[in-house]
Amino acid sequence: MREMTFSQAIEDALTQAMKEDQRVVVFGEDVHALRMNLYTRFGEKRVRPAPISESAFLGTAVGAAMAGLRPFVELILIDFLAVAADAIINQAAKVEAFSGGRWKVPMVVRAGCGGGYGDGGQHEQSLWGWIAHIPGLKVVVPSTPADAGGLLLAAIADESPVFFLEPKLLTDDLLEVLGSGGRTTVTYDIPTGGRSGPVPERWEPLALGRAAVRREGTDITIAGAGIAIHRATEAADLLSGEGISASVIDLRSIAPLDRDAVLKDVESTGRLLVVDDDYRDFGLTGELAAAVLESGLPARFARIAVEGTIPFDPKREQKVLPNVERIYEAARRLMER
Amino acid sequence: MFDSVSLYRKMLTCRRVEEAIAGLWQEGLISGEMHLGIGEEGINAGVLDHLGDGDAVALDHRGTAGMLLRGVEAAAIIKECMGLEDGLCGGMGGHMHLFSKDHLAASSGIVGSAGPTACGFALAAQHLRPKKVAVAFFGEGAMNQGMLMESLNLAAAWDLPVLFVCRDNGTAITTSSPAVTGGSLEERARGLGVSGKNISGVDVEVVWHEAAVMLDRARSGKGPSFLRTTCLRPQGHFLGDPLIRMVHKPVAEMKPRTGPLVSAAMSSGGASIAQRLAAITKIMAMIGRTARTQLGSAHDPVLQMRKKLKITADDLAGLEEEVELTVKDALEQALQSLPAGGEEATK
Repeated sequence: MREMTFSQAIEDALTQAMKEDQRVVVFGEDVHALRMNLYTRFGEKRVRPAPISESAFLGTAVGAAMAGLRPFVELILIDFLAVAADAIINQAAKVEAFSGGRWKVPMVVRAGCGGGYGDGGQHEQSLWGWIAHIPGLKVVVPSTPADAGGLLLAAIADESPVFFLEPKLLTDDLLEVLGSGGRTTVTYDIPTGGRSGPVPERWEPLALGRAAVRREGTDITIAGAGIAIHRATEAADLLSGEGISASVIDLRSIAPLDRDAVLKDVESTGRLLVVDDDYRDFGLTGELAAAVLESGLPARFARIAVEGTIPFDPKREQKVLPNVERIYEAARRLMER
Repeated sequence: MFDSVSLYRKMLTCRRVEEAIAGLWQEGLISGEMHLGIGEEGINAGVLDHLGDGDAVALDHRGTAGMLLRGVEAAAIIKECMGLEDGLCGGMGGHMHLFSKDHLAASSGIVGSAGPTACGFALAAQHLRPKKVAVAFFGEGAMNQGMLMESLNLAAAWDLPVLFVCRDNGTAITTSSPAVTGGSLEERARGLGVSGKNISGVDVEVVWHEAAVMLDRARSGKGPSFLRTTCLRPQGHFLGDPLIRMVHKPVAEMKPRTGPLVSAAMSSGGASIAQRLAAITKIMAMIGRTARTQLGSAHDPVLQMRKKLKITADDLAGLEEEVELTVKDALEQALQSLPAGGEEATK
């Protein structure tokens, strides 16, 4: 076992994939700076800086994937997907279905997601529910360095378009550039877990669509992905002090969604609390509520998610994003019902 | 009439307000990124000096000076940057998302989006405010964004009263713009039916006269224009720009990067040695390019205007003191607005 930060794990797994498969090419904005090491090692033909033309380079990735490459696109922030939605929603997502399953689009879009560092509502969205809404797209959200590397390798190996979303609070590179900018005068509420951890000597792909049980409990199931997992784990510690035993399920992948893992746990706890850094309405929280209803399990349900545009003001931002206190309070209320 | 003293006052005010914002950011009183327009004062002031009530402006992520020049109170802008409840937008937007409905002035953190917004402002002017215009500000990086190119065409097709102002510092975040841009930007605009010009943004007088002609065209129903203005931005893309830090503190900033970089260059598996050398050469060139953007007085629009002022030394000193006091007052207002324990707000 080696020890790596979240960002190192991503770069290390990407390096392995590029070494093993010449078809893996990286492009996007500022990749010569963002991926300076890969740029140096593999040269500009395989690590290529792009103009600020998301429609063009995401659309190019679709065509390149169809014609035999395995593009790995650096979109920097998932918010920028909106600029190039057609390439993904109407092109990448449709090719496999339209071709009767004969033609696939093996591409990865990597982007930072989420807030917590005061960058405003146009740079801190999570948007995985939006992606997961579209048939033909996959989206993963790792919460540990080991998962980040394993899911990244799986995303590259997958034959479908996969979004690889990276919670910025767990990274050192994105958070340094977008948040502190070299300052020592700012700090954030960074979860204690997830920023670094043990990773395998050699990366193996992790199956997409498999949740991980991070903590076993008997009274309440807390499910989520990314930062929410670390917040939920902290809340579960607090809850155990009150005699409430919470399990924490790390979904890891929003699409495909491991409904079975959640339902299996809810079957024993009878309570589900979904924590989501994405918007509340028409998203992950509602999807899991539907899964419980459809299963016929007699479970109580509550959710915590982002209910409006994320405020720039860091104080209000903290209240809008799911935090330990909100999870703790919601879990207690769910126990009382 | 071109009024050099008034223009100098405006430019100096922008500079001092943005310096104050930079100070607050360094102190941790402003969170997230911070994109300032230091080095672009000649462009901002030279264009916006022509705007009046009913004219509209669409700004990008670098909009603090634009808001100031349209008449928004400095204190309201500074407070918004700090996320305070009594800021321009109640602390909801922050520096990238400044909005003033009264001034028909809007901004956005999405590159290129000023183009379509300005077209919309101009369309509304055609219907509701005859002879009024809209101005879009953006960088040369945005010129590769589809929505901006589409809005150039739309403005030409619909004869919209828009002035597209491209502030070109040659670098899109950290990427050399010529390396990712085909053709010339003025020709591109011309190809889309928008007449264009290329001038230096250092001399506010040149910008002012060129903008006057183009805005007159728009006001008289002759359609859009494109003004490409060149500038140097000593702070890079944003405050804390890693490239700028590498230039100023090469040892401290490069040390953590050098190890992985050398090992990447030497590891087996990867490109040929020639390709790797080419990549390293480009990284060094990127840092060198950044070093050259440091604002010497020859490239400083504020200092250049100051040199040409035809006023007495006493009057100049008086003017500068007045600007300093105005900005100091705005800064004090903002700091007084901090809630108790407010310094913890961004932590």
